[in-house]
Amino acid sequence: MPSTSWTVDRVLYAQVIGTVVATVKDPSLTGQRLLLIQPLTPEGEASKSPPLVAIDAVGVGVSERVLYVKGKEASFPFLPETVLADAGIVARVDTLSHRPVDPP
Amino acid sequence: MILGRVAGTVVATRKDERLEGFKLLVVQAVAPDGKPKDSYVVAVDTVDAGVGELVLVVSGSSARMASGCQDRPIDAAVAGIVDAVDLVDGG
Amino acid sequence: MILGEVTGAAVASAKHYKLEGRKLLVVQPLSLLGAPVGEPVIAVDGHGIGAGEGDRVLVVQEGRAASILSGRDESPLDAAIIAVVDAVDLA
Repeated sequence: MPSTSWTVDRVLYAQVIGTVVATVKDPSLTGQRLLLIQPLTPEGEASKSPPLVAIDAVGVGVSERVLYVKGKEASFPFLPETVLADAGIVARVDTLSHRPVDPP
Repeated sequence: MILGRVAGTVVATRKDERLEGFKLLVVQAVAPDGKPKDSYVVAVDTVDAGVGELVLVVSGSSARMASGCQDRPIDAAVAGIVDAVDLVDGG
Repeated sequence: MILGEVTGAAVASAKHYKLEGRKLLVVQPLSLLGAPVGEPVIAVDGHGIGAGEGDRVLVVQEGRAASILSGRDESPLDAAIIAVVDAVDLA
């Protein structure tokens, strides 16, 4: 029997670990905050995915835990403007509960 | 987006005409602390980045949202030149 | 985009009509030093590129970009050759 499911991108959970400053950038990024985020497991540990840079559609702060999306959807909160980004923060997480399933 | 350092350029004479006029940069991925990682991408330059500079790379279909890149057949673009990365303690 | 070397071709007697007349090449992704990395991919040859076995190429790995390169909108493709590489200049 297969040991893993066919995985697709899940809800993406991360912690803001820093900020990125760029003066020379695509005009569509003007006024956008660039945040460095570390993907987390549902347990809140750093996941195997490396840190990435995301735009912020919510107004979150450094050290906060967030949900983010990847791909063109990252720029959708700013429609009709198109923002040059492939990752974007869409929620600040207050709590995230997760109960691991006991193995059979 | 990922952080990367411009490691070089790609020269190609025979290419899709929609690449004409764009510089192709070899960008090596780096960790937030600047340490080079074992992966690279070739990205279209729209911000006039130079070799050695720290840059921000957008990939996938989003890359076509870069200035002047609409409908061009690309999957990675340099979106900005990074001045500084500020990390929280222990981040 | 990534660098690769054309190592072969796929011949398919039955294929989606949007792939008719298109050359499907086997491309081995390469490291910056030219060493093979990862599994080979099947990429459609970009319209007018004419890549062949042994060529160093630049491969786009995103669906719509691949369709643009193939010259037919909404083709069932996820990779395409956008250029034949003359040189990679590393600092």
